[in-house]
Amino acid sequence: MVETGHFALVLAFALALVQTLVPLFGARINNQKLMAVGGPVAVTGFALTALSFAALATAYATSDFSVANVWDNSHSLQPLIYKITGTWGNHEGSMLLWVLILTFFGALVAAFGSNLPATLRANVLAVQGAIGATFLLFILATSNPFARLNPAPIEGRDLNPILQDLGLAIHPPLLYLGYVGFSICFSFSVAALIEGRIDASWARWVRPWTLVAWMFLTGGIAMGSYWAYYELGWGGFWFWDPVENASFMPWLAGTALLHSAIVMEKRSALKIWTLLLAILTFSLSLLGTFLVRSGVLTSVHAFATDPTRGVFILCILTLFIGGSLALFAFRASSLTVGGLFHPISREGALVLNNLFLTTATATVLIGTLYPLIVEAVSADKISVGAPFFNLTFGPLMVPLLVAVPFGPLLAWKRGDIFAVAQRLMAAFAAALLAVLVTALFIDGASVFAALGVGLAFWLICGALTDIAVKSGFGSVAPGTMLRRFGGLPRSVFGTALAHLGLGLTTLGIVGTLCFGTEKILSMHAGDTVQLSGHTLRFEGLYPAQGPNYSEDRGRFALLGADGSTTAVITSSKRSYPVRQMTTTESGIKTIGFSQLYLSLGDEASDGSVVVRLWWKPLVTLIWGGSLVMMAGAAMSLMDRRLRVGAPSRRRKSAGAMPSASLP
Amino acid sequence: MTRKQKRLSVIAGGLAFLGAATGLTFYALGQKASYFYMPADLTTASLQPGQRIRLGGLVEKGTIERGQGTTVAFSVTDNQKQVKVTYTGILPDLFREEQGVITEGTFRPDGVFVADSVLAKHDETYMPKEVADGLKAKGVWQESKSE
Repeated sequence: MVETGHFALVLAFALALVQTLVPLFGARINNQKLMAVGGPVAVTGFALTALSFAALATAYATSDFSVANVWDNSHSLQPLIYKITGTWGNHEGSMLLWVLILTFFGALVAAFGSNLPATLRANVLAVQGAIGATFLLFILATSNPFARLNPAPIEGRDLNPILQDLGLAIHPPLLYLGYVGFSICFSFSVAALIEGRIDASWARWVRPWTLVAWMFLTGGIAMGSYWAYYELGWGGFWFWDPVENASFMPWLAGTALLHSAIVMEKRSALKIWTLLLAILTFSLSLLGTFLVRSGVLTSVHAFATDPTRGVFILCILTLFIGGSLALFAFRASSLTVGGLFHPISREGALVLNNLFLTTATATVLIGTLYPLIVEAVSADKISVGAPFFNLTFGPLMVPLLVAVPFGPLLAWKRGDIFAVAQRLMAAFAAALLAVLVTALFIDGASVFAALGVGLAFWLICGALTDIAVKSGFGSVAPGTMLRRFGGLPRSVFGTALAHLGLGLTTLGIVGTLCFGTEKILSMHAGDTVQLSGHTLRFEGLYPAQGPNYSEDRGRFALLGADGSTTAVITSSKRSYPVRQMTTTESGIKTIGFSQLYLSLGDEASDGSVVVRLWWKPLVTLIWGGSLVMMAGAAMSLMDRRLRVGAPSRRRKSAGAMPSASLP
Repeated sequence: MTRKQKRLSVIAGGLAFLGAATGLTFYALGQKASYFYMPADLTTASLQPGQRIRLGGLVEKGTIERGQGTTVAFSVTDNQKQVKVTYTGILPDLFREEQGVITEGTFRPDGVFVADSVLAKHDETYMPKEVADGLKAKGVWQESKSE
C-alpha cells in the first residue's frame, strides 16, 4: 500500500507534466484534441494524488512504523483521530495535503469548466498543472513521506503534543483550501496573459473562485487563532508571529481581490489591476508556504528543517512569482482599459478599499521580511513584533473601517456622498450612542476604547442600513418592502453579512483589548480570587491519566453570589512521556460572549500553584464574526449569476459587455 | 475643475497617502524593532536607557530562584557572560535549566534584565535559531545540544 502511494505520486507528477505541456501547445496551435487532453488528465492526476494521500493516511491509522514519517510523528497509544490528523502534522504530509488540494481544484475546473472558452480552459489547466508538477517534484525529491525504515521500529516517537488537538483536524485543511484556492485565480490570470485577452466570462469565473478561497482562508485563520488562543495558554488571539502574517497577507490581498473583481465583473473596469492582484495574492500564498516550510523562521510550524528544501521552495517562488510578473509586465499594456468612473462612486469606494488593503498588506510584508533582510545584510538579529504592527496596521485599518458602510450604498459610476451620508444617519446615531454609553457607564473606559466600540457599532449598523435601504425601508409600504427584501440578490446579503461579521470581529477585539482584565497570583487549595466581578475558588490539584499522557488537573469552582458553586473550570499540566514534553491545557468558561480563561503554572515547594487568570469580554465575537464573514461569502456564492450553469441564461447580456482583446 | 485637474488631484492624493504610509512604516521600524543580543554582546552594544531588546542564551544551571509568589529569577548565559533576569508570570512549559531561551524586556538601572515575555520553544530537541547561531558564532556550540 505504501509503495502504491509512492508510485501513484510519481505517476501524478508525470501526468502533471502532460497537463502542463499538451493543452498549452494545443491552445497555441488551436488544436481541439490536444486542448481536450487537459481535463481528463487533471481529474486522473487528482485521483492519483488522492490515492497517494490515502495510502499515507492508512499507514498512519494502522500505525505502520516501518514508514519513517509515521514512526517520527505517531504512536500506537494515540487516539485514532490524532493518528489520522497526524498525517498532515508534519512537513512531508502537510505538503502532500497541499498538493492534494491543488489537484482537487484543478479537477474542479476540469469538471465544471465546460462552459469556458476552450483555449482559456486549456491554458488554465496548463498553469495549474505546472504548479502541481513543481510541488510534486519538491515532495518526491526532498520530502518523500513514504521512505521506509529497515528494521521497522516497534513503537513510534509520538506526534508533537501541541498538535494532539482537534484544531489540527480543522485548521490546516481549511487554511490550505484558502491558500491553494487562490491558485485558480492565479492560473486564470496567467492564462489570460498568455492569451492576451480578458472578457466577461473571465471575471464571472474568477469571482466565485476568489469567494471560495477567501471563505476557507477566513475560516482557516480564525480557527488557527482560536487554537493558539486555547492551546498555548498565553491568552492571546493574535501574536503578529511571522507565520500568522504569512497567512494574513494572502487574506488581505484576497480581500482586495474580492472587491476589485466586483468592479471588473459589473463595470468591466480595473481589469489589469484585478489581474495583478490575483497574481499577487497567490504569490503571497506561495511566499507564506516558503516562510513556513523552509525553516527561515522559527515558530511552532517549523517542523524538522532541511536547508535544501528552503532553496527548492525559493526556486519555485522565483519561477512562479517572477515568471508571472514578467509576463504581466510584457503583456498587460496590450489589454485595453475598461470603463471610466467618477472618484465618488461605488467603483471609487472599491478603489479606496484596494488602496488601503494593498498598503496594509505591504506593511505586514515589510514587517515580516525586514528581520530576514537585516540579518542577511548586517548579521544583526532583530525582531519586529506587535508594537510595529499596531503603529502601522492600526492607523491604516481605522479609516478603511470608517469608510466601509459608505461603499455598498454609493451608486455605480457617479455617486452622491451626501445622500448616502443622510441614509447612514441612523447608523451614525447608534454608533454615537455606543460611544457615549461606553464612555459614561463603563468604568475605566478610555477615549480610544469608547471610539473603538463606536466604530464596531458603526460597521454593524451600517451593514443593517444597507439591507434596509435596498429593500426600501421607510419609503415604501411594508408589503412592497417585504417583496423587495425577498427579491434582493443574494450577493447583497452576502456583502451585508460579511461587513456585519467584520463589525462583530472588531467589537470582539476592542472588547478584549480594552476591557479585559488579568491577574497572576500563587494560590493554595481553598484560596479564592476575584476578577471583574467573578469569584473563583481553587479546589486543588488532582492527578489523572490519559491514553498517552498523565496530567495534574487544577480544579477551580466558579462561585455564585450566595457562595455556591455554579461551574467547575479545569486547567491541567499534561506530561507526555514519549517526547518528555509538558503542555498546559487552559481552562475556559464561556459566559455570554465573554470568557473566563485560566492557565496553570508551576507548583511551588510549599504546595501553592502559580495561576494566571484573564477576563476576556466579548472575546468569542472575534471568531464568531469570522464565521459570519464566511456565511457572507457562502451567501454571495449562492447568487444566481455565479451558480454553475446559470451564466448561460444571461449569455446575451454578458455578450454585450465589451471584451478586451489583442489586435 | 477640469477633467485633467481632477485626475491629477486623485493621483496626488493617492501618492500622498502612499508617502504617508511609507513614512509611518519606516518610522515604526526604527522605533519598534527590537534587537537580539546574547550576554557577551552587551559589553559592546550601546543601549539607550529603557530600550526594549531580546536577550537570548541558555538558562544557567542552578540559578532558577522561585521566590515568594509569582516572580522568578534566573541567569541567562552564553558560557562567556551571564545576565540576571527577573520575570513575573508563568514560565513556558519547556523552560528548564541549560535550555535555550529568549527573553524580551528592558534593563533596570541596577543591571537586572526585567523580562515581560519568555519564549522557550515547543520541542525538547529544539533550540531557538537566534540562540543556536549565536552560540555557534562564539565557538561554544556543543553538537549534543543540537537536533
